[in-house]
Amino acid sequence: MGSTTMLIGTWIAGFLTLAIFSFLYKDNPVYKLAEHIYVGVSAGYWLIYVAFFDVYPMLIQGFQNETGIEKWILLVPGALGLIMLSRWFPKTAWLSRWPIAFTVGIGAGLGITANIQGYVMPQLQATLLPVTGWNIVSLNNVILTVGVITTILYFYFSKPHKGALGWMARVGIVFIMVSFGASFGYTLMARISLLIGRLYFLLSDLLHVID
Amino acid sequence: MAEGRRRGFWEVMNNIDRRIIFVVLAVCVTIPLIVSTGGEIKPTAPVIRAHASVEALETGDYMMISIDFDATSAPELMPMLRAVLRQAFEKDVKIIMLGHIAIGLPLGHMALEQIAAEYDKEYGVDYVDLGYRPGYIAVIIAMGREIEDIFASDYQGTPLREMPVTENIHSYDDIDLLFGFEHGAVIDYWVRYTQARFDQRMTFGTTAVMAPDAYPYLQSGQIEGLVGGLKGAAEYETLVGHPGLGTRGMPAQQWAHLLVIGFIVLGNLGHYFTRKSGKRAT
Repeated sequence: MGSTTMLIGTWIAGFLTLAIFSFLYKDNPVYKLAEHIYVGVSAGYWLIYVAFFDVYPMLIQGFQNETGIEKWILLVPGALGLIMLSRWFPKTAWLSRWPIAFTVGIGAGLGITANIQGYVMPQLQATLLPVTGWNIVSLNNVILTVGVITTILYFYFSKPHKGALGWMARVGIVFIMVSFGASFGYTLMARISLLIGRLYFLLSDLLHVID
Repeated sequence: MAEGRRRGFWEVMNNIDRRIIFVVLAVCVTIPLIVSTGGEIKPTAPVIRAHASVEALETGDYMMISIDFDATSAPELMPMLRAVLRQAFEKDVKIIMLGHIAIGLPLGHMALEQIAAEYDKEYGVDYVDLGYRPGYIAVIIAMGREIEDIFASDYQGTPLREMPVTENIHSYDDIDLLFGFEHGAVIDYWVRYTQARFDQRMTFGTTAVMAPDAYPYLQSGQIEGLVGGLKGAAEYETLVGHPGLGTRGMPAQQWAHLLVIGFIVLGNLGHYFTRKSGKRAT
């Protein structure tokens, strides 16, 4: 039974993979079918998972089992969650701003401290590196510092990019281009990797051409 | 006459039907996958550091694994996840798995069960899957206080305090290393909240797309190691001594990259010559 289920699953996966690949030739109903199945299954999985593994045990069972303030405080997230659904009804849609404001407020409050403590300060520390003589580490540190400063200057628009500022901004754009190139290279590698993954599946699991 | 022929050639090269390119790319990837099982791979410093961070764990230490990807990134992240799990189980490190992408958790769970079976590890004793809780940042921060507040039970509903593997686990103080597998912004949350606030040791495996964004964290020392994309997975497999899809995919990756470089050169030459010929004609 298990192997039969696996076999059927493999054939379905193979069909859906080829259906998605068919878009490379041109848009077609088989591709649309596979795309809709993917979106539908993903949304359905999220809904079921959140409802049965999170909302039910943490909110409903939590309300039944907890006592004192721990019990009643669960009404707050429950109410905010229900109010969010008011967006479906135009007349009461404005109510949904409350839970959104709650979420945005928490996110902003946590984000400000986290970004300063966990990003700005450590990255500043990691940028201000010493030059300790004529060696490769010092050269690397100089390139890093020059790159950061000139890139920031490229985005300084309060003065025309002329003279020394213009020269440094031009250096900055070289660093930006190098960064774009690295990102493009990595993105290409990622996309090829995905193709390798699917072709490997087709050749091994489906067709058994390779081990 | 020769000028016209040259212009015609570059115009043809400039206007190759994209479907021809797709077919050539598919051939370029398929043939190496069939004929080659992978060549020699030299691990790079970020991957060596990632491997060393796990290697530094001792028997009975705890590693938290975060599954922050789904099927769209599985070909890149699953090989490195399997390699990390093999290394951890080989060292008798306890695994606590959780995730911030609900739809990706079954992938992590499949790999966990598969590798645990290879090493005769027992669920609830040597490893556990806590599942998913919505909220990203709220979940990450709250676990710094008490993991049980967020994950009172594992994904099957078994209370944490009833399983030997988690009976004494309360917060990040009890976690010796966090290894996250990332295809999105969750890596930023882990670093900016967990590392910054709780000084948690952490290492990450990311998709190739995410790797450039993660390098600053490595350079600043906020993370201990970085495994980027399928290439990183192949390097990690080499270090663990267990070749998998990462290693198997490298020849195909190499040929595909050469092909794309060739197309970029051809495209630019075509653009240069057709523009030059166009100017001359006017």
